[in-house]
Amino acid sequence: MHSHAIEHQTRKHVGLGRCLPAVLGTSVLPLILLAGCAAPAAEPSPRETRTVTLMTHDSFAISETALQEFEAATGAKLAVLESGDAGAALNKAILTKQAPLADVFFGVDNTFLARALEEGVFETYASPRLDSIPAEYRLDPGNRALPVDYGDVCINYDRDWFAAHSLDVPGSLEDLAEEEYRGLLVVENPFTSSPGLAFLLATVAHFGPDGFADYWGSLKSNGTVVVDGWETAYYTNFSASSGKGFQPMVVSYATSPAFEFLYADPPRDEPPTASLLGPEMCFRQIEFAGILAGTEQRDLAEKLVEFLLSRTFQEDIPLQMAMFPVNPDAVLPEAFLRFAPLPAEPAVLAPEEIAAHREEWMNVWKGVMLS
Amino acid sequence: MERRNAVVGRAALFGARRPAWFFRIVQWIPAVAFIGLFFYYPLAAVLRLGVEAVLQGEADALPLGSAFRVLGFTVFQAALSMLLTLAVGLPGAYLFARYDFPLKRFLRAFSIVPFILPTVVVAAGFESLLGPRGWINLALQQTGWIGRPIPFLHTLGAILLAHVFYNTSIVLRTVGAAWERLDPRLGDAARVLGAGRRQAFRRVTLPLLMPSILAAASLVFLFDFTSFGVILILGGPSFSTLEVEIYIQALQALNLPAAALLSILQILCSLTLIAVSGRLARRMEAASARVGIRAARKPASTAEWILAASILAALAALFLAPLASPAARSLLRMDAGLGERSGVRAEWTLEYYRELFYNRRGTAFFATPLEMAGNSLLAAAATAAFALAFGIPAAALLSRPTRIDRALEPLLLLPLGTSAVTLGLGMLIVFSRPPWNWIRSPAMIPVAHTLVAFPFVVRGLKPAFAGIPERLREAAAVLGASPWMVWRTVVFPIALRAVLSSAAFAFAVSLGEFGATSIIVRPDFPTMPVGIYRLLSQPGGLNYGQAMAMTTLLMLFCAAAVMFIEWEHQPAKPA
Repeated sequence: MHSHAIEHQTRKHVGLGRCLPAVLGTSVLPLILLAGCAAPAAEPSPRETRTVTLMTHDSFAISETALQEFEAATGAKLAVLESGDAGAALNKAILTKQAPLADVFFGVDNTFLARALEEGVFETYASPRLDSIPAEYRLDPGNRALPVDYGDVCINYDRDWFAAHSLDVPGSLEDLAEEEYRGLLVVENPFTSSPGLAFLLATVAHFGPDGFADYWGSLKSNGTVVVDGWETAYYTNFSASSGKGFQPMVVSYATSPAFEFLYADPPRDEPPTASLLGPEMCFRQIEFAGILAGTEQRDLAEKLVEFLLSRTFQEDIPLQMAMFPVNPDAVLPEAFLRFAPLPAEPAVLAPEEIAAHREEWMNVWKGVMLS
Repeated sequence: MERRNAVVGRAALFGARRPAWFFRIVQWIPAVAFIGLFFYYPLAAVLRLGVEAVLQGEADALPLGSAFRVLGFTVFQAALSMLLTLAVGLPGAYLFARYDFPLKRFLRAFSIVPFILPTVVVAAGFESLLGPRGWINLALQQTGWIGRPIPFLHTLGAILLAHVFYNTSIVLRTVGAAWERLDPRLGDAARVLGAGRRQAFRRVTLPLLMPSILAAASLVFLFDFTSFGVILILGGPSFSTLEVEIYIQALQALNLPAAALLSILQILCSLTLIAVSGRLARRMEAASARVGIRAARKPASTAEWILAASILAALAALFLAPLASPAARSLLRMDAGLGERSGVRAEWTLEYYRELFYNRRGTAFFATPLEMAGNSLLAAAATAAFALAFGIPAAALLSRPTRIDRALEPLLLLPLGTSAVTLGLGMLIVFSRPPWNWIRSPAMIPVAHTLVAFPFVVRGLKPAFAGIPERLREAAAVLGASPWMVWRTVVFPIALRAVLSSAAFAFAVSLGEFGATSIIVRPDFPTMPVGIYRLLSQPGGLNYGQAMAMTTLLMLFCAAAVMFIEWEHQPAKPA
């Protein structure tokens, strides 16, 4: 490297040496920065602890004690990959099925089940625990997707509001279109919200594929409000939440009142809300798990699925994820027994039928509600 | 007075007059390599999937008719939002550049806070002000001026107001930095020569500010053009933009061909806009740098005080009220009364903050606010470092561009005008397999943020570098400074305010979790926005209160970080 003599320092004689700091600074340094940060983790050596990865939606949660139990029993670490809402997470699993990001997927529900099976994202696994799970939840005879939990999307109502207005709560879907309930219901857009889609499916199950459009027309003319997602509906529009909105009825979950009790502030003896449990007013969601096709750790993947069906994890589900366990031996928490009664007649549709007509029904809904 | 166009030298950073193509190429390498690998490569992968499906006839009916209708609304709302944002932001920029007033530093730092807030929270803030039971409607109904509440949510007005709320800080800072660098003597000279105040502004100040105004306007437009949460939540289900349609097609319907087609449409529009704004800005480029004169001063006359105070009051009303709402809710326990607002009792409490640190359900992977703040800080610092490292050389080149540089510029800014969903899916496809199996690395988070932050650095610094008169560089070089020293002692100090402002934006972009991060899979790296969403997605007053507490912490955290970045800045003194 040579440098120029002082008297030659006009800008016409600039040598590389002079510019070296700048060259380094502007090109090499950023790349070093990046390389240092983005270096992928080294491949684990055989002596290291193995890791089993669970791909799931953002609502997944597990207690510390259950996690420790799993890791102690298997000697493996559990990594959780949260991948958006239920639909987005499944679609990411489908997009990466050539090179799966995880060993097990949890959180595909009955509205997406047919698509997941059709795309072939799961390997078959006939768990010995399946026999003890009621048949009504085992929707995949091929045992690629195994039921883990279930819950109902129901309308929650503001108990104080109905008491203060001396109004009886609606006993059926048909009641919601009556004059005395004008403008009192907020629902979510099925295009952007999973409970919104579930409630739409409940109306399809109840009124039939040819009758539900007219029903939504009557809801619309009765002042039903549509918002994008659950958070807005519940925390802005619903009168029983802190939003103190205008609608005393919201499409939510049958377990929401139990959470309103557990997380009441200040504490209350009873939750401020309850669910409408009339015939076919609620839609039953069942969540499945499956071993991702192409996993290189089939043994650990099986152990993880077994764990998801075990009593330990099944008893974890209600308070962590606000769903009901499919394992009949699992004991429910007291708040669930008291404040989260299940509907006697939830609306049910076959996964194949949902898969075949979902878009069509959503577009019919859009034509009625958003035109 | 004479306006001289900046001499377009061939080399920016090194000041060499002879063909310095070698250095240019070297300078281009980092930015081109980064954007190429992390933006164009994944984008090409996802568009290819979509186009292949169309060619193989696998695609469902492509919604062409509705796509153009959606495009029309997207452009319309973005243009309108941009104009309103300029109308609010320019007086603010003037105020910050020309006057000193109490709390100025704090307010400048705080002005970036709206930029980072989750839309769900902003919507709740606007709702508490303007909703059917918001304070404004209540007040109007009390006075008897209106019978029924004025609708706000799910109107075009709500979309526009939210966009102005979010993006005014871009105008405030980008144009404000340029305005501060303006030599106030130029305007004074025009006044001495007989120009009126207005004429001096129109003929001298405005032309000199124009490049920075255009830079800010194009960023604002791109943000509004690809806006997602605002349209969805505040606009409601009857408004749809390309970004929302792409999201629904790609992630809910898994109709990749339709999503790819819509993405291509969106990209073409963004490219057109970037090219047009770049061309306009070039026509108006002029050199003007302040030389050691502090332009900002205390308002001198009563009239000036009134002007400054009224601009400040208007800004405060627009920005502080929606921010104050979550902050108040994080400290107030509202006893859900009889379903009526009048029946609500409220009391002060710190419980929500305490609860944030307490793992009530014993959930695994529980993160305290401090851990989330640490993660956010780490990602934001990395983002700012990347964005400056790749952005400064690119901006320096573009401030004195050759024809090839000009062609490259739109390609660097495009990530801002591209659907985050499309990009995220592309990243998912290409970075989930060898040779680049990085999708599960936490480093992907700042990488995705950098793609969005990078245009801020380029667009914010280009006018700053271009505005530095060639004379100053020449003088320094003649006095014996090496090109590197010229850059370090002349160029960089003059542009420092713009550099810091760009760094602050890069930081804020990351804190607000913009763009593709929501789409790539998330290893265990919870940041503050993620924590807020998690709390908001559960029923129960205690969860809502905690979400508001976390939001308040995020706001304070952002203001503190930006203040820290910009605090120690004194205007450069001439040597």
